[in-house]
Amino acid sequence: MSNPSTTTAPPPVQLLNVQVDGVWHQFPKGTRVIEACTQAGKYVPRYCYHPKLSSPGNCRMCLIEMGMPKMGADRKPETGADGKPVINWIPRPQISCAQDVAEGMGIRTDSPMAQECRKGVMEFLLINHPLDCPVCDQAGECRLQEFSVEYGNDSSRFLEEKVHKPKHVDLGPRIVLDDERCILCSRCVRFTKEIAKDDALGFVDRGSYSTLTAHPGRRFDNNYTLNTVDICPVGALTSKDFRFKMRVWFLKETRSICTSCGTGCNTVIGSREETMYRQTPRENNDVNSAWMCDYGRLNFHYLHDERRLTAPLLRQADHTLQPVEWRKAFATAAQQLREFKGEEIAVVASARMTNEELYMTRRLADALKCSLVDVVPRTGEADDILLSADRNPNTSGAQLLGIGGDKLGSRLAEIVEGVRTGKIHAVVCLGEDLSEQGLDAKVLEELPCLVAMSILPNATTRAATVVLPGSGFAEKRGSMINVKGRLQRLNHAIPSPGDARDDWEILRDLIQALTGSNGLYMIEDVFKAMSNDVSALQGLSLSKIGDLGVQVVTEAESREVPKTPLETATAAQPT
Amino acid sequence: MVSLLKQPHPRETRMIFKNVDRPGWKPDIDSYLGDGGYEQLKKALTMTQVGVVDEVKASGLRGRGGAGFPCGVKWGFIKQDSPKPIYLICNADESEPGTFKDRYIIHQDPHQLIEGMVISCYAVNAKLAYIYIRGEFPEGAKILERALAEAREKNFLGKNIQGSGFDCEIYVHRGAGAYICGEETGLIESLEGKRPYPRIKPPYFPAVLGLYQCPTIVNNVETLCHVKHIIRLGGAEYAKIGKPNNTGTRILCVSGDVQKPGYFEVELGSLNMGEVINDLCGGMKPGRTLKAIIPGGSSAKVLRAGEKYKIKEKGPDGAMVDKEITLEEIPMDFDTLAAVGSMAGSGGVIVMDDSRNMVETLANINEFYAHESCGQCTPCREGSLWMQKITRRMVSGEGATQDPKVLKSVADNIAGKTICAFGEACAWPTQSFLAKFPDEFAAKAQKNVTPREVSDGVALQGGRPVLVHDHEVAAASEGGVPEKIAPWELSNASKAGEI
Ligand SMILES: Cc1cc2nc3c(=O)[nH]c(=O)nc-3n(C[C@H](O)[C@H](O)[C@H](O)COP(=O)(O)O)c2cc1C
Ligand code: SF4
Ligand code: SF4
Ligand code: SF4
Repeated sequence: MSNPSTTTAPPPVQLLNVQVDGVWHQFPKGTRVIEACTQAGKYVPRYCYHPKLSSPGNCRMCLIEMGMPKMGADRKPETGADGKPVINWIPRPQISCAQDVAEGMGIRTDSPMAQECRKGVMEFLLINHPLDCPVCDQAGECRLQEFSVEYGNDSSRFLEEKVHKPKHVDLGPRIVLDDERCILCSRCVRFTKEIAKDDALGFVDRGSYSTLTAHPGRRFDNNYTLNTVDICPVGALTSKDFRFKMRVWFLKETRSICTSCGTGCNTVIGSREETMYRQTPRENNDVNSAWMCDYGRLNFHYLHDERRLTAPLLRQADHTLQPVEWRKAFATAAQQLREFKGEEIAVVASARMTNEELYMTRRLADALKCSLVDVVPRTGEADDILLSADRNPNTSGAQLLGIGGDKLGSRLAEIVEGVRTGKIHAVVCLGEDLSEQGLDAKVLEELPCLVAMSILPNATTRAATVVLPGSGFAEKRGSMINVKGRLQRLNHAIPSPGDARDDWEILRDLIQALTGSNGLYMIEDVFKAMSNDVSALQGLSLSKIGDLGVQVVTEAESREVPKTPLETATAAQPT
Repeated sequence: MVSLLKQPHPRETRMIFKNVDRPGWKPDIDSYLGDGGYEQLKKALTMTQVGVVDEVKASGLRGRGGAGFPCGVKWGFIKQDSPKPIYLICNADESEPGTFKDRYIIHQDPHQLIEGMVISCYAVNAKLAYIYIRGEFPEGAKILERALAEAREKNFLGKNIQGSGFDCEIYVHRGAGAYICGEETGLIESLEGKRPYPRIKPPYFPAVLGLYQCPTIVNNVETLCHVKHIIRLGGAEYAKIGKPNNTGTRILCVSGDVQKPGYFEVELGSLNMGEVINDLCGGMKPGRTLKAIIPGGSSAKVLRAGEKYKIKEKGPDGAMVDKEITLEEIPMDFDTLAAVGSMAGSGGVIVMDDSRNMVETLANINEFYAHESCGQCTPCREGSLWMQKITRRMVSGEGATQDPKVLKSVADNIAGKTICAFGEACAWPTQSFLAKFPDEFAAKAQKNVTPREVSDGVALQGGRPVLVHDHEVAAASEGGVPEKIAPWELSNASKAGEI
């Protein structure tokens, strides 16, 4: 999946007059010619150009005709009858990916010269291409295919034998390379050097025998390799995880976010019926530029784990857990919880839950008159690209909603101690596993009331008195706040398996079983109630969050979004 | 270092090559100092930096590396008060086929180059310079290292040169053997330790964003040597050598079907091609006649004997008049060679007689360019090999009727559409050979060959039938054809309707 090619233009300091295919337009200074053409509705085909990478100008697909204003004797532009500058057309075609627009510039994207150039480049790219579209995983989202239709010849003039190169190259743990399909655009080379800061790829040999390869003795194995599959304009780089699983044209696309760390990279989930096949990064210049890490990208297969909890379970007299109807599960959980006083109950929630779920958790705690509520912190090693040390996606949300006190996790020790000493008799565990907090199965099994909401079985669900099967991130809607304080949306891409339900609904129904109706029918109602309670969310709604999110709290982490060379250059300029 | 010619030809004007093949001459600093060496550097150091640039501008010196760009104008692009360091690079990659001059300067008169370079560094305010020497010249690199050490010892290099306050250091960098390292931005990439992928211009004009993104001047060995003589003579006096806009001397490297090939330093435009062949080189080989000349290295467009070329000449009243001349009458200077549709290029004059087949000659040239294309940009990468394959096939007797047409269109689709001038360098031979010798190409393009046809399962490729797709083999073998069937057998089987 390629991203829409939009760049954040620098602040519109100055507007320049530029003629595109005969029509005068205005563009902010600093706009690339190729971007200006897109903005003018004249898309210029390209392979090597990527708005987030440096421009080597190597594919030559974006050649256009360009001109500059004709200067009169007074060194001022001559004007024509229409009062506009007269353009001196440059006799050689120019690439549009590496130059910025200039005052009075003329561009012809479709003149005979431009057309001839594109046709020539298309032919050159195809003569040595294996044309194995029927078995190529890129088919359907291949730029070569796409542009062949528009600019290619209908028959080949090539009588020679094609150049042969390595196929099925095992480039790294997640990537397979077909060098014959590679059109040598160097996008992957530039990505891994400029963005992933790992100069791992390059070309060997020369001329038409040039071959992409990893540095000798090295594997292409950094945590960002799969982005190269996204930006490879052809099917040369394929993901071992995704290849041959599904033809892309069958995939439904759902805009969402990654929930594997606090960065919250924006994504597109590709799914068909009840199966999620992949997620790819979606451009958001305030969060992840156009990238995501491999760890986050691949961290979704657990949604299709065959051990998924698909029905509520109740502990029976014979100590086994048996499936029951939801109504029975709620009634039993409520009945068990009602046995205890607020100070005898603890709630352990998760910062992987959405704001809406955490808000309902707070309501549940209120209904239980329980004040011992906390979430489990989760940390790992950060890199200086995207991956955050905070491996919970919604720590900021938990903080904003006041779950877990000033420092998240600071009350966990008290809860654990309470369970051990018998001070706490009932625990509601939401999306976490208490065994990871040092409570072993024996201690947990002795709890007279342990209500566990989870999507996969764990030590806690196995010891629980009531198990409530919830939904994974691709199966629900809701919002989260990333480490930089940006409120973002999850969207429903696939149904939850079996009888598993959306977590916020589970919490609502549990509260309802405890205290009666609460007037929350839709997730929008939850957000509304929450935004009334939390000033930072005031005036917002799920739909107002939009696809790119909104900043709601000040940055908790001063993580830099990877910048394009252009963005870096503009940022470095004194203004 | 076997020299081809010991005595300079009487029609030569030896300035740069004064010490080449000079009896008793050694490439060491004592020889050089004994002959007035480094005096021009001392003189330049008493001038202002801008003053030196102005002399070079006044001299009209044009680059000897290939493009013939005015040297002083190039230097003028450098902002001497640049906050970044300024670099000077001597291009000693000398790989253009037919060119053999820079190596003799390096081997026999390295101090002349060093003196020219230090003066040039002073002019553009470069404190650091590199000599990028072709990988295949290991001996040259050693000689240069030795000469640099000698110059350093005598303070013609290093800190505070001759008490002037000017510091300058020169390093030798050896290439690894690729023609494209001679292209100045490819050279810069290579010097930075990368693959020599030429850079796009704009924005990477060396004078603005060159070595390590700093202002950089790249000049050819011969060009830099001339700077010394410009200081010696003064720009205006130097400009009197040669012709207006084509000033100074130039070393011609003549190869091919002449009696005495070799290098000759002549005043620009003072000899025409006929004189170069007949006077300097002792004429064509016995019994042979001139067929064609490539006048400026293999990239230059070929010129055919027997054709008339139009030039403009100053008439008796001073006005420019049109004139038709023969190939032999073309004077060897930048402007005339450009006017007749070729170029002075690197000074490599390749002479061909009537025994040469032009398709074979072009095939040879195309082998070179297909091998040397850096592979960075699409038209040159794919087009250079395509042209090589076509001409190779034509030479092997498998030329198809459409080959000349396809060849021309492939070359047309390269020239002017690439990152660097290699695009033109590899397209011009094909374009010009086809234009000048269409009959010879037609003669070698007689077969009726249709492009690969998928429906047949096979297509004639390079004269041999080759299977179109791997999966078609699979499909065929599923149809009961033995797995190890030869493609041509498959084609027969196919025709017999068995699969
Ligand atoms: C493909 C290619 C190869 C080149 N090889 C050489 C070379 O070997 N030596 C050289 O001096 N210039 C070479 N040039 C020209 C250089 O790019 C550059 O123009 C030259 O070094 C400038 O020096 P000058 O102005 O003194 O001529 C080459 C250019 C191209 C396009
Ligand atoms: S593998 Fe893909 S992205 Fe990389 S150079 Fe080849 S075509 Fe471009
Ligand atoms: S950086 Fe974080 S949010 Fe982004 S893809 Fe990786 S794990 Fe997911
Ligand atoms: S024109 Fe040829 S040599 Fe020059 S950059 Fe392109 S591929 Fe390389």
